[in-house]
Amino acid sequence: MSILGATAGELVKRLDRGDVTSIDVTTAYLEAIAAADGKVNAFLHVNRDKALEQARAIDEKRRRGQCVGALGGLPVAIKDVICTQGEPTTCGSRMLERFVPPYDAHVISRLREADAVLIGRTNMDEFAMGSSTENSAYKTTSNPWDLTRTPGGSSGGSAAAVAACMAPLALGSDTGGSIRQPAGFCGVVGMKPTYGRVSRYGLVAYASSLDQIGPFANDVGGAALLLETIAGHDHRDSTSVAAAVPEYSRTVEEPLTGLRIGIAKEHFVSGLDQQVEAAIRNALEVYRSLGAEIKEVSLPHSKYAVAVYYIVAPSEASSNLARYDGVHYGHRAAHFDNMIDMYCASRAEGFGAEVKRRIMLGTYALSAGYYDAYYLKALKVRRLIRNDFDAAFREVDVIASPVAPTPAFKIGELVNDPLAMYLSDIYTISANLAGLPGISIPAGFSQTNLPIGLQLLAPPFEEERLLRAARMFERETDWHRRRPASAPG
Amino acid sequence: MTTTTIIGLEVHVQLLTNSKIFCGCSSAFNPHQPNVQTCPVCLGLPGSLPVMNRRAFELAVKTALALNCDIAPFTKWDRKQYYYPDLPKGYQISQYDLPFSDDGALEIEVGGEGGGTRKIGIIRAHLEEDAGKNVHDETGRGTDSQVDLNRAGTPLLEIVSQPDLRSPQEAKRYLEELKLLLTYLNVSDCNMQEGSLRCDANVNLHIHQDDGHKVATPIVEIKNLNSFRNVELAIEFEVKRQYEEWEKTGKKMGEVAKETRGWDAARGKTVPQRGKEEASDYRYFPDPDLVPVTVSAELLDSIRATLCEFPADRRERFKGTYGLSDYDARVTVDQGQAFADYFEEVAGLCGDGKQACNWVTQDVLREMNERNLSIGEFPIRAAVLGNLLERIAKKQITIKSAREVFLELLAENPSRRPISSAHIDQIIAEKGLALVTDTGELEGVIAEVVGKNPKAVADFKAGKQAAVGALIGQVMKAVKGADPQTVRTMLVEKLGNP
Ligand SMILES: [Zn+2]
Repeated sequence: MSILGATAGELVKRLDRGDVTSIDVTTAYLEAIAAADGKVNAFLHVNRDKALEQARAIDEKRRRGQCVGALGGLPVAIKDVICTQGEPTTCGSRMLERFVPPYDAHVISRLREADAVLIGRTNMDEFAMGSSTENSAYKTTSNPWDLTRTPGGSSGGSAAAVAACMAPLALGSDTGGSIRQPAGFCGVVGMKPTYGRVSRYGLVAYASSLDQIGPFANDVGGAALLLETIAGHDHRDSTSVAAAVPEYSRTVEEPLTGLRIGIAKEHFVSGLDQQVEAAIRNALEVYRSLGAEIKEVSLPHSKYAVAVYYIVAPSEASSNLARYDGVHYGHRAAHFDNMIDMYCASRAEGFGAEVKRRIMLGTYALSAGYYDAYYLKALKVRRLIRNDFDAAFREVDVIASPVAPTPAFKIGELVNDPLAMYLSDIYTISANLAGLPGISIPAGFSQTNLPIGLQLLAPPFEEERLLRAARMFERETDWHRRRPASAPG
Repeated sequence: MTTTTIIGLEVHVQLLTNSKIFCGCSSAFNPHQPNVQTCPVCLGLPGSLPVMNRRAFELAVKTALALNCDIAPFTKWDRKQYYYPDLPKGYQISQYDLPFSDDGALEIEVGGEGGGTRKIGIIRAHLEEDAGKNVHDETGRGTDSQVDLNRAGTPLLEIVSQPDLRSPQEAKRYLEELKLLLTYLNVSDCNMQEGSLRCDANVNLHIHQDDGHKVATPIVEIKNLNSFRNVELAIEFEVKRQYEEWEKTGKKMGEVAKETRGWDAARGKTVPQRGKEEASDYRYFPDPDLVPVTVSAELLDSIRATLCEFPADRRERFKGTYGLSDYDARVTVDQGQAFADYFEEVAGLCGDGKQACNWVTQDVLREMNERNLSIGEFPIRAAVLGNLLERIAKKQITIKSAREVFLELLAENPSRRPISSAHIDQIIAEKGLALVTDTGELEGVIAEVVGKNPKAVADFKAGKQAAVGALIGQVMKAVKGADPQTVRTMLVEKLGNP
């Protein structure tokens, strides 16, 4: 059986049995990247030598009979927003073109402990701001299912890398749907954990109260395995929660009995693509056939989610990105007259248009005289959105919805229409505002062979329920087994 | 026409924690090795996150309790946003609308001996992180400015007073009392040279015109006040300047923007600073990287249990227990906790508070200052001085002899280090300072002196009391260590009452 088509779980088993070595697996993916990434452009940086060196060390450990971590030599691609000691971490921005962090993010330490091979850095919208990965300062990533379309964003590189079999697993970050929407567009599994489940230490901040790191995989089991590796309390992140982490990869195979699935009437309205709606209705039928009960719930404030998000996220971003001033690190303009001018020139040159747009939005919303009307009001509505979910989850166990209103759009289609671009996150944003876990799983294809994703949301810290519910569906379908023509092997 | 000076002070104190407020780096003062006490958090590197130092919070609460502040049950962190090279994140983590404490007071003594005390209100005290330090080229060769972030993230407590101070002297007194309290609490070393205590002053005048109208001059904030003396001088200057400015322009509060001026100590005047501070909007908002802090009753109790006796209470106790005057109590207590502890130990051992106070505030303090020593470094420990003064009380030596012993103990003599009470015996023996109360030995000498001084004897008998002094002096000279009291009694007896 080919290495590239396999799931993470299968590969770990084969590595453990000694059927393949980490060098075999890593080499296969490096070759896949060499073969396919010229067209897909998922990676910003591949450190072939270092990856092979890590693989060799893990194989050596195994040969000596030493204990090997849960990922046992499996390659993982990393979104270029997660600090890795000694590796470039550009955040898709000119601002950090030559920035090399002197420290590892918490999740990177966890991956190293689990004996993962860090195969490369994936492309993204600049500072994770975008829904198409077109806002990268370096390259435009293509959707492996149709190279003229976007992979979604902002974690488009990670989603495309897994979809095109260039990595079995990848990490992304999700602030308003940046894992789930590209997972849906690329036909892979992507998960945003509960806010506080995974340490943000070392995740370059976009919107601190919304950001969360999560896994990409080509099946639910892979996502469970990777989440298990990175989840758990970290004293360096004050918002990280000290709740026990279940063994997701073990429990994921256990189906849920008496599952109650909620569908929000507010989610099935105009703007939703008919083929997407059909796929979701289909998925609900699959669940019904498994004994699940489908109930309608109401999320009355969800219509404000996009508006609230575009106040809260840019406000925090305007503050988080103030540190890129050309003084201590990052881009500094070559020519300037004085200190203020150095700030202005460095930031003008270092940031792209979307980042500047959001910094301005946020600066405005936090300004004296506007704070109460915008930021404070947004926080209040954010609370109402969370209350909606709390009420809904008294009736149902999970809430099902589309991941995005349409399948992947064309590259360039929405770049001049930021508002339409913002609306592509309409189904995913609420989970970030409410701090809930959400997962996107392959649930069908459009007539033009574009993947369609199903989103499931659960109450805080119910990732286990989410993974088991997702796996129930996956077991009954084969959408997740399809591979795009652009994928090698 | 009369004027009232209105002064409010904003004081920043660095708290005595081992590590910084949001990371584990050392917060020690270290200007000679720039940027060595740093990590991703205090460098503001992408992806780093702050974690609150509990110790800093507890020291801050302890201080606020000592300032009689209310402690908020719930407090949060806010970002104060502005650009400056010494601020690596582009914002300072501070507290905006929910400071951990507010509404306190500090009592200060005003107007010298018997002048009474006045309560100066404290508007609020809040915690924040210190910025780094910009180091500019001062050679004039125009090289780049540099930034040292060793200080960035040092816990800083900002204490804002009500505009209750009425003179430059009161402002100085407030600062002295505050510094004393902070050092008593051991929450800060208050070293102004190292920047661990910094002060800004808000000053304006209320001019009461003869027609009964009151006019307030525009408020000026004075920065760069690096000593208490400079605070006093700068306010004195500013009071004069504002009055002259008002006479010249008639501008009142509200008619011009609040001005920031810097104190130029060399030229002895305040000078306008660029108006960037007023113009800026700090865009405060709650820091999403930190969780709010709830303060439980248990925590408050445990912090309250660490509070010591405050300086003001100690002064009162010294007056009551040791019979000290207002002045003596102030001098003893204001020298700091270690000094007052020293005094108490000496007083306890010798059993005479006034005697102990005289020695400690005069002899000990003089020698400390001359040798540039702190009380902790002073070679005669309290136990030894107490022992020496006890001998005066027991009439074993005279005060004069005790001074001789005291100076001899301090004299360069390696064999007497460390100084112990045994050395007192040694010196008394060497110098024959033991008080002679043996009337047998004295009788002969007195007879001799009386015989040799017929004039003094005649004067005395004629009613000139003072004449006996000369005779006492001669006896004392002949018998080292003679007790003057005994000598006087015997002389008067011998000569018969005039
Ligand atoms: Zn640090």
